Amino acid sequence: MTAPTEETQAPDLLYSQAEDDLRAAVRSLLADRCDAPAVLARIESDAPYDQRLWKALAAGIGAAGLLVPEELGGQGAGHREAAVVLEELGRAVAPAPYLTSAVVATEILLALGALDGPVTELLRDLATGRKVAVLAVPFSALSPGAAQPAGVVADALEGTMTGVADAPAADVLLVPTTDGLYAVETGAEGVTVEPLVPLDLTRPLATVTLAKAPGTRLANGASAVFAVRRGLLAGAGLLASEQLGLAEWCLTETVRHTRERHQFNRPVGSFQALKHRMAQLWLEVVSARAAARNAADALATGSRDTPLAVAVAQAYCSKVAVHAAEECIQLHGGIGMTWEHPAHLYLKRAKADSIAYGTAGNHREVIAELVDLPAP
Amino acid sequence: MTTPDAAELRRRTQELLAAHPPATTDRTDFLKARFDAGLAWVHYPAGLGGLDAPRSLQSVVDTELAAAGAPDNDPRRIGIGLGMAAPTILGYGTDEQKQRFLRPLWVGEEVWCQLFSEPGAGSDLAALGTRAVRAGEDWVVDGQKVWTSSAHLARWAILIARTDPDQPKHRGISYFICDMTDPGVEVRPLRQITGEAEFNEVFLTGVRIPDSRRLGPVGEGWKVAQTTLMNERVSIGGARIPREGGMIGPVARTWRARPELRTHDLHQRLLGLWVEAEVARLAGTRLRQQLVAGQPGPEGSGMKLAFARLNQEISGLEVELLGEDGLLYSDWTMRRPELVDFTGHDAGYRYLRSKGNSIEGGTSEVLLNIVAERVLGLPAEPRNDKDVPWKDLTR
Repeated sequence: MTAPTEETQAPDLLYSQAEDDLRAAVRSLLADRCDAPAVLARIESDAPYDQRLWKALAAGIGAAGLLVPEELGGQGAGHREAAVVLEELGRAVAPAPYLTSAVVATEILLALGALDGPVTELLRDLATGRKVAVLAVPFSALSPGAAQPAGVVADALEGTMTGVADAPAADVLLVPTTDGLYAVETGAEGVTVEPLVPLDLTRPLATVTLAKAPGTRLANGASAVFAVRRGLLAGAGLLASEQLGLAEWCLTETVRHTRERHQFNRPVGSFQALKHRMAQLWLEVVSARAAARNAADALATGSRDTPLAVAVAQAYCSKVAVHAAEECIQLHGGIGMTWEHPAHLYLKRAKADSIAYGTAGNHREVIAELVDLPAP
Repeated sequence: MTTPDAAELRRRTQELLAAHPPATTDRTDFLKARFDAGLAWVHYPAGLGGLDAPRSLQSVVDTELAAAGAPDNDPRRIGIGLGMAAPTILGYGTDEQKQRFLRPLWVGEEVWCQLFSEPGAGSDLAALGTRAVRAGEDWVVDGQKVWTSSAHLARWAILIARTDPDQPKHRGISYFICDMTDPGVEVRPLRQITGEAEFNEVFLTGVRIPDSRRLGPVGEGWKVAQTTLMNERVSIGGARIPREGGMIGPVARTWRARPELRTHDLHQRLLGLWVEAEVARLAGTRLRQQLVAGQPGPEGSGMKLAFARLNQEISGLEVELLGEDGLLYSDWTMRRPELVDFTGHDAGYRYLRSKGNSIEGGTSEVLLNIVAERVLGLPAEPRNDKDVPWKDLTR
C-alpha cells in the first residue's frame, strides 16, 4: 500500500488584495452595527437576527452572493472570499444566517446544476439576501446519511427534524427526503418551526415539524444526496474560517486584558506562566489559519484534495477555537464569568461550532479512511 | 564594476566550467577556482568569493554547475562556518581577516566550530564566564565551553569571552577567532542520551589569542554575537516537505504495513498527530508564500516550537507502536557522527534525539517568551541582572 501523494498544485494560503478589501468592509459594518452590547441585546430579544444588519451585509456588501455566478445575481467570487466573511462574523460572534443560507443552502442549490426553474429562482433570492434558506437536518450532521429524511406521501411532506440551525430565521427549508430534495416555505400550512433553547445563543436552533406540508421537488434522490453532501462539505470547510476568526478575537482580547490588568504590582501578562499559554495559543491560531485557508482554497479550486483539506481543517480548528475561548475565560479571571463580558458568547459559539457539521473525532475518522490509516 | 545580472552570471559560470572541466579537475582545485571566479556566494564582495550580485541569483550559478556535474562544497559538514562564522567575519572582520579566513572556509579545507555555550550559560548566554585577559599583543583565555559540534574536526572557532567583569554582563564581552590547534585547547567528546558523542566539551587553559584575531571592538562582542545568532535561526522552518514528509512518515508506514500492532488508543493518538503534522506542514507552506510575497510574518519563530513538540510526541508514539521491537535499541556503541541523521536510525534513536529539539538553538521556553514579548507585545518579566556588574551577579 502506498501513502497518498501530495497535491500537485500548491494551494494559495495567502489573502488577495480583493479579500483584504472585502474583510475591511465587513469588519467596518460589524463594528458599526454588531458590537458586543448589540449582540448581547439581540440574543435576549425575540428576533434572532437584526434585519438591517443582514440587509447591509447580504445586499449592501453583496456577501450573500459571493458563491453565486453573476448571471444568477451573485458576485461570481468564491469560497476564499466567503471564508474571509466568515472569519469576520466569527470575530464578532455575529448573529447572521450566513453559514447556513449563503454557504450551505447556496452550495446545495449550485450543486444541482439547474439552469432555470425553481432552483435558480431560489438562488437569486438567496444571493441578494431577499430570502434565507436552511438545510433541514440537524446542525451536527456530517453527512447526508446522518440527516433525518422526511417522508413524502402524495406530494405532501411528513416528518420531524431536530436541531436545525437558523430555522427560526428561514423563509425556505431545504428538506432531503427518500424521494429527493424539496423546498418548503416556512409560512406554509403544515409547517411548524419550534425554537429550542440553544447553547450558542447567537445561532438559533429549532425543531421543524412537517405535517402534510406542501413542497416543491428540486431534485431526485441521487442528485439530492450528491448536492447535500457538497453543501455539508462546504459548510464544514468554511466553518473553519469562522472558528479561526473567533479564536483570533479570544487571543487578542486576552492579550489586551492581561496587559492592562495588574496584580502583585505587575501586569498579569508579564508572568511567564500566562505568557507561555498565550504564545502557545498564538501558535495554534497561526496553524489554524493555514488549515482554514487550505480548506477554502481547495473548495474554491475544486481540488481533488478537498475532502481531506476540509476534514483536516475541522479536526484542527474546532479544537483551537474551543481552547482559545476556554483560555479567554480563565485568563480574564472573574470578569470572564460575567454575563456583561462577551467572553461567554465566544465560548458558547466555539463549543457549538465544535459539534456543527461533525465533531473533530468524526473528521478524524474521515481522515483515517482518506489517508489509509485504518482502525484496528 | 556594475552589478552582474543572470545572463552575466551564466556566462561566467560557463567560463569557469570551460577552464576547469569538472571531469578532469581535482575537487578542491575546482572549488578554489570557483571561489576565485566570484561564483561561491555571489552576494559577497568581489575578491571574497562573490560579485556583489543579488543573493537570489545564486540559484542561477548553482543550477548551471549542478547540470555540468560540478562538485559542491558540502554545506552540511561545514555548516557552522558557512552559516555562522562567515557572515560574522564579513560583517565585523578586518580586510586581513576576510582574506585569510573566507576562502578556506568556503572550500571546506578548514572546518569551524562555535565556542559560545557554557555549563553555566545556556539560555542565559550573556552570563558566560570564560575569561580573556589582555597580555601585551595577546589575550589569555581560560574557561570551559560545551555543546560544541564539530570541535573535534575544527581548525578554527568563533569564541565569545568576558574581557571586563566590572561591566554589566552584556557589555563586558569580546569576540575572538580561536585556533583549535593551539596549546591549551582540549576537546573531549560529550557522550549523550543516544549513546553517540555528537557534541564536545572544550576546555581552554591559558590559550593565547593574538589581538589581531579579535572580531569587532573590545567589549562589543555581544553585539557581534547577535549577527551570528540571527544567522543561526534563519534556516529553521525553511525546508519544503511533502505530506508525511517528516517524522509522521515512518509511523504511518508502520501502521499500514503491520496491522497486528494496531490498538484503538494508538489509532486515536496517531490520527491526532497526523492532523497536527499536516497542519504544521501547511503553516510552513504559508510562511514560505509570505516570504515570497514580501510579507514576512512572525510565524517563523513559531515553527521550531511546533516541530520540536511534534517530533517528540510522534517518536514517542512510534516506540510504543512497535511494542516488543520498541524494547530494543539499534546500537549503544560510542560513535562520533559528523551530522545529525534522524531517518537513518531506528525509532528509539528518534525518540531520544528529538528530546534535544526543544533545547538546542533556543529552548522552547525561551522561544515562547520571545513570541509573547515580540509578537504579542506582552510585558517582560522584571529583571535584576541588567545594570549589575557581571562580577556581582549570583552564579
